[in-house]
Amino acid sequence: MSAQKKSVLVLGARSDIARAIAAEFARKGYNIMLAGRDTGWLDRDASDMSLRFQIETTVHKFDALDLDGHEAFFDALPTVPSIVVCAVGLLGDQEADVQDPAAVRRIIDTNFTGPAHALEVAARRLAATEDDTAIVGIGSVAGDRGRAKNYLYGAAKAGFGEYLSGMRQKYVQSRLHVMTVKPGFVATAMTEGMDLPGPLTSTPEKFAKNVVRALDKRRMVYYDLRWRVLMGVITHLPERIFVRTKF
Amino acid sequence: MTSQATLSGWGRWPRRTCRTAPLLAEAPFPGGPTLGAASAITRGNGRSYGDPALNPDMTLTGTRANRMLSFDPGTGDLVTEAGVLMSEILDIFAPRGWFPQVVPGTKFGSVGGMIGSDVHGKNHHCAGSFGDHVNWIDLLCADGELRRCSSEENAELYNATCGGMGLTGHILAASVRLRRIASAWIAQETIPVPDLDTAMGVFEANHDTTYSVAWIDCLARGDSRGRSLIYLGDHADPEALDREKRADPFKLPARRKLAMPLDAPSWALNALTLRAFNQAYYKAGCRKAGHGVVDYDSYFFPLDSIANWNRLYGAPGFAQYQCALPLATARDALLDLLEAISEARLGSFLAVLKRMGPGAPERPLSFPIEGYTLALDFPLSSRALTLLDCLDEITVAAGGRLYLAKDSRMTQRTFEAGYGPALDQFRALRAETGATDVFQSVQSRRLAI
Ligand SMILES: NC(=O)c1ccc[n+]([C@@H]2O[C@H](COP(=O)([O-])OP(=O)(O)OC[C@H]3O[C@@H](n4cnc5c(N)ncnc54)[C@H](OP(=O)(O)O)[C@@H]3O)[C@@H](O)[C@H]2O)c1
Repeated sequence: MSAQKKSVLVLGARSDIARAIAAEFARKGYNIMLAGRDTGWLDRDASDMSLRFQIETTVHKFDALDLDGHEAFFDALPTVPSIVVCAVGLLGDQEADVQDPAAVRRIIDTNFTGPAHALEVAARRLAATEDDTAIVGIGSVAGDRGRAKNYLYGAAKAGFGEYLSGMRQKYVQSRLHVMTVKPGFVATAMTEGMDLPGPLTSTPEKFAKNVVRALDKRRMVYYDLRWRVLMGVITHLPERIFVRTKF
Repeated sequence: MTSQATLSGWGRWPRRTCRTAPLLAEAPFPGGPTLGAASAITRGNGRSYGDPALNPDMTLTGTRANRMLSFDPGTGDLVTEAGVLMSEILDIFAPRGWFPQVVPGTKFGSVGGMIGSDVHGKNHHCAGSFGDHVNWIDLLCADGELRRCSSEENAELYNATCGGMGLTGHILAASVRLRRIASAWIAQETIPVPDLDTAMGVFEANHDTTYSVAWIDCLARGDSRGRSLIYLGDHADPEALDREKRADPFKLPARRKLAMPLDAPSWALNALTLRAFNQAYYKAGCRKAGHGVVDYDSYFFPLDSIANWNRLYGAPGFAQYQCALPLATARDALLDLLEAISEARLGSFLAVLKRMGPGAPERPLSFPIEGYTLALDFPLSSRALTLLDCLDEITVAAGGRLYLAKDSRMTQRTFEAGYGPALDQFRALRAETGATDVFQSVQSRRLAI
């Protein structure tokens, strides 16, 4: 199994977390396919990774919301990747979004419908290669328990997490491995301007290293220990008590 | 989206609460070059010492705009976004046989920051400063336009930007030239010298040596003033390396990374410990005199291996004093400066003396001038600040100047005396291009740049 020839496809590659994960795989010698809506931007990342890691990179236009286009998107890739990472997501603005039907749909579809469908299409192709392959889906701790602050986003991420869990079970006998990643706080463009608690906040680079390491170990879920502990407490609070907290 | 942060330079003084946002990699910026704020400054990796990379209105942090965009192995031209660090260039290109033409004393500066400060290195006497090896700069100007600036295109803006401390616009990308090296090792010669005249003699006799720098004992008194260890260096020829190194001349030994876990207490550094340290260091240097081979990391960046070494000076922070003195007056001025420093029993173990080659008069705020430069740290105290004012007088009387990238406290008068008519030219260009009100830093306000 020569790592050189293998490649990783990253969906939603413009995200800081995605870029860092792609760079981590590139460092290990994988060729990288970057997919997202703004290919002009991704060209810059592609040049950067080829220069730094001396690997091949390609850039592909991908819109998670264009479900009908997903088959054609995968058909057009230069090769079937051995790893597909999906970082597509949209946090939105809870208060404003819930009052706007189009926004509700956009949040649910960007965090759930689109990624779920794209990965379903990917899974069929990866499983068919009869090689060791993997799917990495990025959910969120926000999906562990609905909170006033972001339950629209959280609910969609919860749905995505369950979807991945089902997919993992479906393919457990195959050589396709499905890993769910649940970030807590990662300082990225998405969280820019938010006041994040230092000890619970990671950088995209550190986070990416952990994700790749977890995949190497064939973990089913990558979930930072501190967050698992914190969310463990939060999810076990009786509803009656939870609703009065400020989490 | 913006946040608030308390920022300082590497000297940890002064500190200011600033609105911050990441520097964007592409123009135009929403809300213009200040992102809607009254004024803005770019900050690379925060390695200038004082207040040039602070603006309470808006400080754009540049380290995420760090993509390498292209490299031409035919010419050695490397195009990067402004936030790429020198350390990244070295890590990636040194093993492939390429090296920056000029490296400053830390490898943690960003490309944008190194251009803005027009940094110099141990080869200034023969290679000039960083700006001498920049092909072009993409500059986001006050009018919101992105301009490619080079010695042919927008030349005036290009010259003002090299050394211009970010006050002409936001540097978004640049093309810099790398040079070929045959190994990652430096052939080094250590020469102990007992006094300043001998030190200057060695520098003057070594114009053809690629790299030269002296660690100087700033607390030595009387006839010992200027007592130094001079380090000469050149990229080592693989033939000259031992067998193990020759097998892979670009492979460096893994280095241990040390860190200052907390601020040193104020009693740790005093005249006694400093004098003792400096004496011990000089003696150790004398024992190691002669030829040797060191990896480029140890040769160029001895301090970088101690993360947060700036905490050595304790919580109040420190000021670094770096002046450039014209050749004609350098000797006497250096003796006066050293006298004042050792009299005051202040100073540090990190004092550096270096011969500089011709400056770049076409770049109005570029620091180097032909002669000598002296750099040393002072833990912050009111006594230190008083001493620094005295040092300013000596520097100015000798026709010298201070380095904006190190400065946190000089007066407008000292600054104007040091940079002369070139400063008027720089101010005029700022006014003409609308930069005066748009690009500002705490330093530019202090000095009315
Ligand atoms: N940062 C955190 O603290 C945190 C915490 C928990 C979970 N997460 C999750 O981690 C992932 C990465 O987050 P991030 O922080 O790096 O934020 P981000 O920059 O907002 O990442 C979102 C990514 O999704 C892409 N995207 C959105 N809509 C798309 C669509 N219709 N089609 C294709 N791509 C689309 C975006 O591309 P464009 O650039 O084209 O918009 C962007 O690349 C997200 O799934 C996020 O929910 C992050």
